Parts: sequence; C-alpha cells; structure tokens
Amino acid sequence: MTAPLLSLSGVTRSFGALRAVDDVTLDVPAGARHALIGPNGAGKSTLFKLVTGEMPVTAGRIRLAGQDVTRLSEPQRARRGISQTLQHSSLFLSQTVEQNVLLAAQRRHGSRHSPVPRRQAAARERTRALLADVGLADRATVPVAALSHGERRQVEVALALACEPTLLLLDEPAAGMSPAESARLVDLLRALPESVTVVVVEHDLDVVFALARSVTVLHLGRVLLTGTPDEVRGDTAVQEAYLGTGREALFLDGAGPARREVG
Amino acid sequence: MTVDSPPARGTPGATAAAGGTPRRRGSRPLAAVLGLVLLAVLAAVPLFVDPFGTNTLSRILVFALFAMSLDLLVGITGLPSLGHAAWFGIGAYTAGLVAEHWTAEGVVTVLLAAVAGAVGAAATGWLAVRSSGVFFLMLTLAIGELVHQLAQSADTVTGGSNGLFGIPSIRVAGTPLTLAGYVYWFVLAVVLLGALGLWLVSASPFGAALRGIRDNEARMRSLGYTPFRYKYAAFVLAGGFAGLAGGLFAGLVRIVNPSDAGFSTSALLLLAVILGGAGTLWGPALGAAVVVLVRDTYGPTLEGHGPLLLGVVFVLAVYLLPQGVAGLAGVRAGIGRRRPAREGSS
Ligand SMILES: Nc1ncnc2c1ncn2[C@@H]1O[C@H](COP(=O)(O)OP(=O)(O)OP(=O)(O)O)[C@@H](O)[C@H]1O
Ligand SMILES: [Mg+2]
Repeated sequence: MTAPLLSLSGVTRSFGALRAVDDVTLDVPAGARHALIGPNGAGKSTLFKLVTGEMPVTAGRIRLAGQDVTRLSEPQRARRGISQTLQHSSLFLSQTVEQNVLLAAQRRHGSRHSPVPRRQAAARERTRALLADVGLADRATVPVAALSHGERRQVEVALALACEPTLLLLDEPAAGMSPAESARLVDLLRALPESVTVVVVEHDLDVVFALARSVTVLHLGRVLLTGTPDEVRGDTAVQEAYLGTGREALFLDGAGPARREVG
Repeated sequence: MTVDSPPARGTPGATAAAGGTPRRRGSRPLAAVLGLVLLAVLAAVPLFVDPFGTNTLSRILVFALFAMSLDLLVGITGLPSLGHAAWFGIGAYTAGLVAEHWTAEGVVTVLLAAVAGAVGAAATGWLAVRSSGVFFLMLTLAIGELVHQLAQSADTVTGGSNGLFGIPSIRVAGTPLTLAGYVYWFVLAVVLLGALGLWLVSASPFGAALRGIRDNEARMRSLGYTPFRYKYAAFVLAGGFAGLAGGLFAGLVRIVNPSDAGFSTSALLLLAVILGGAGTLWGPALGAAVVVLVRDTYGPTLEGHGPLLLGVVFVLAVYLLPQGVAGLAGVRAGIGRRRPAREGSS
C-alpha cells in the first residue's frame, strides 16, 4: 500500500493547561472522503490549524504524502497542496468576488509575481468556472462585503478549490448556508475528482453522511473512534460524547440502516 | 490584478465601503478623455503660466510622485510608514552629490537617486516589514530619524544643517536647463514615467497580492503566499520611486536640507495620501497638490501658521471625506448602482 496522503502521529497542541488536541494519530488515505466530527470544543478546528501550519504543534509529526511537513511554514504547506475553508469566513472584504477567487487562482494558473499587468486568461477562466460551480456566477463583480453569510461561505469554497489542492480541509463549510445552498455544496464536493482528498468538519450530520466514507470522532482533543459512518452512528461511546450537548438527536434521527436506540 | 481593473480603494483596516468596486464600463472612456485633457493641459503649462507658477507646479508634480510612492506602501500594501521621506532625502542627496561631483545629466542623477532610495529601503526594509501596526510605524519613524540625523552630522559630505546647496542645474544631453519651462517638462516626463511604473505595479498580479495582504494577511498565507516577500518588495519599490522623486527635487530646487529627509516631510506626505484617498494612486497625487499649495503658497502669508492650516485641513478631511478626494469620486460614480456595504476589512 502507498503512504497515506495525510498522516498524523501523536499530534498534540496545548493552550496552557488545556490540551486542545491530545495525542492524535490518524491516517487519511489519498482520495478519501473523511469526516471529522465531535462536540463543540473537541479540537477539530485546532487540529486543522495544526495541519495547515497556521499553528505549530506542541508535539507530534505531520506527514503529507510521506514527507514530514511538521516544520514547514503555512505558505510552504499550502504550496504543497493543502488548502482550507475556515470556520469563520476570512476573505478580502474590500475586493470583489472575482478578485478574491483570482488571488487564489493566479497562484496556480497565473503569473503571480508579474510586476506588470497580465491578462491571466487561464486564471480568469478557472475563476469563472469555479464561481459557476459554487453558484455565484452572477455575483462576480459584487464586493464580498456586500454578500450574505451563505454566499461568503460559497466564496470560501471557491477560494479553497482555486488553489487546486490535493488535500482539502473544510471547516464547517455548510454552516450558515440555506438547505438549497448546502445541497449544492454537497453535490459540488461529491463531484470532486479522486485526486483531491477531502477532510470535512461538519455539525450537520446530513452533510457528513452524504459525503463521508470514513469518520473520525474527536472528543476533548482525543480520537474516540475512526470508522465507517455506520459504525460511528452505532457506537455508544460516541453517543455518550454527544450526550448533553443537544446534538444526541442527530444520531437518533439518522436515516441510516445502523440506526440504534439509546436507552 | 489585470489591465482593466482599477486599484481598489479604502484605507487600510478602516473601511471597505464606497471603494473597491470595479468601475462601470461607461466611465472608462470618460476617464481616458479626462486623462488626455489633463495631460495636454499639463504639457502646455509653461506656455501660459509665469515661471514662478511653473516652478510651483514642478514641485507639485515631484510631490505627487512622492505621494504615489508612499501610497504603494500605505494604500495598496497596508503598511503606513512614518519614515518615507528617508528615501526621498537619500535620493535628493544622491542626485545633488552626483550633479556636483560627477555629472548633472538629468537622466543619470535621477536614476541614481532611484537606485539609492531602493538600496536604502532594501537595507532597512527586511527588518521593518517583519513588524506591523504600531511597531511598523515606530520602526519607520526611527529609520527616518536615523537618515535625518546622518544627513545632519555627516557635514563634510552633506553640508550638515546648512544643507547641500548650489547644486548645478539639470542638464539634458549636455545642455543645462535654465528656463523654468524646460525644467518643468523634464520633471513632467519623469513623473509621468514614474506614475506609469507605479500604476503598472498596482494593476499587476503582484499588486493584487499586495492588496490581498492589506486586506487579510493571514488568508494570503493560507493561499500559499509568503507575505514577507511581497511586503519587502513593495517597500523597496516604494523606496525606489521615492528616491526618484527626491532626485527630481534636488535638480529642481537645487538645495537639499536634512529636513527633506525628516519626520515633518514624512508626516506631510502621509497627510497627502490620506487626504487624497489611500490606495488609488491618483488620489494621493491630488492630495500632494493640495498639501504643497497650502504649505508653499499660503503658509508664508499666514505668519508661519501654514502647518496649523494644514492641520485644520486634515481634520476636516478626515471628518468630511473619510476616503479622501478619491472616495468622493467613487461615491458619485456608484450612486444608485450598488448597495452600500459598511464593514471593516480585517
Ligand atoms: N488560540 C487559542 N487559545 C486558547 N485556547 C484555544 C485557542 N483555540 C482554541 N482553544 C480552545 O481549544 C479547544 C478546542 O477548540 P476548537 O476551536 O478546536 O474546537 P472545535 O472542535 O473546532 O469546536 P467548534 O465545533 O465549536 O468549532 C476549546 O476549548 C477552545 O477554547
Ligand atoms: Mg471549530
């Protein structure tokens, strides 16, 4: 078997006494559709930040396609194919939707170092295609600051895809989207080629189970379980982790075949 | 970005409102016509303005280029510098010394001045652009004061606090330019080329990356850009263009004082950028015109209260035109076309 695309071993991140991510070991094979779930504060976003390099690890190793990237900076890792959408939209607010996506597209399709104007036909073409994919084709010239929350989430997705990632990390991409918007997002993500490995953090378990072929449950910074969606839905420890968080119902309402009652 | 998108507007970290929308198609021919008319008027100035007025306009042009170079840092990259006059001063001293000791050939003095400004910025920028916010302000302030002090104390070279005076007049192809009109045309040509260079940078993919860094540096990092490199390059470029303006200044005024490299010049220039509208290039050029006019024309007649008047203008501008003169134009062009968006750009 080839090396997994993303491999975490003993990854830990402490904030003072709090171990937000605690000794996480996890392999994500290339082409995976992997979900990372867990109650609020489980450390999901922090784990993503450790993978992208936005935050240094306290301990542990991160490998990307077999290469140790633990010491690489965030831009270096991004250039090796890691791209993400953030839980809280982080865009270029004074610029238009098109200009936002172009910033990402010009890195792969354009001449981003060029000190003189360029047509950047390839980057523009890619931007147009992506905006159509996420459903913002007619919003290209609108300033991002004038977009609705859901639309900004869509720009986030277009921005992440414009980096042409091999590893795509999505942190609650559907949060704040309307049902129609999130259905479109699921379709878009399902249509991604196998060359893109997807890891998604999502509270909307409909989205999770529609996308993921494997699921890792994180609880208090630790990996509780990694398995198929059915295994995860049926696991009592997972249900207990979610008890009292108001999200137990998500498991009980699940339409999956392995649905189980908790007594 | 690309040829056809105008530079985004908006002060760094402040507002993103009336600014960053692409200009509507209909207004582009209008802008081109206006630009051509302005060019023709500028070129014809010496034919119908007296030498004193022509000289004042030359100085305005020099400061316009200087202000645009600062705008590359402040408005486009989001790095407010309090020491930008250092590169202007270095350029001016370089041009003055070259003219005195070697050749007064205008193209040579001015180009060497630009190189000197860029080298000075390159030597200090790697430290300065690692910081941001107040620390960047403080560091650039310190760098500016350092250059100011150097100019003052190295009196065998720079003439100390008396300044460098008696700089020979600019020559073009060996002929000294003695008439104010010829000097003006030389200045105009260099300023236009400099402005063109700055505009190209601003409209390029590199310029788009600078605006990305201004708006959201963290996100740029996650997109695979290394902000340090871009900011450093912008700092050096801005230093080079400021040096170019300084070189013109030396040839035009023919005396360089340490204060031309000091804080008061830097502050005045920052005023011009904010007054005109940071991030638009043309706005700060207009702002520079206002600042020079107020300082040079009305300053002396107000018994030395020129700075006070400038202060009042500044306060009024910040209240009445939060996006500068350029913002005013943007609001007019956008009325009825766009929902207002009032959100911070962080
Ligand atoms: N920069 C930080 N400094 C201190 N503590 C932090 C920091 N970032 C996160 N934490 C803490 O780490 C824990 C994990 O946070 P994280 O944001 O990773 O959770 P999450 O699983 O993404 O939760 P949510 O579902 O609410 O997004 C939380 O207790 C949080 O308070
Ligand atoms: Mg989170």
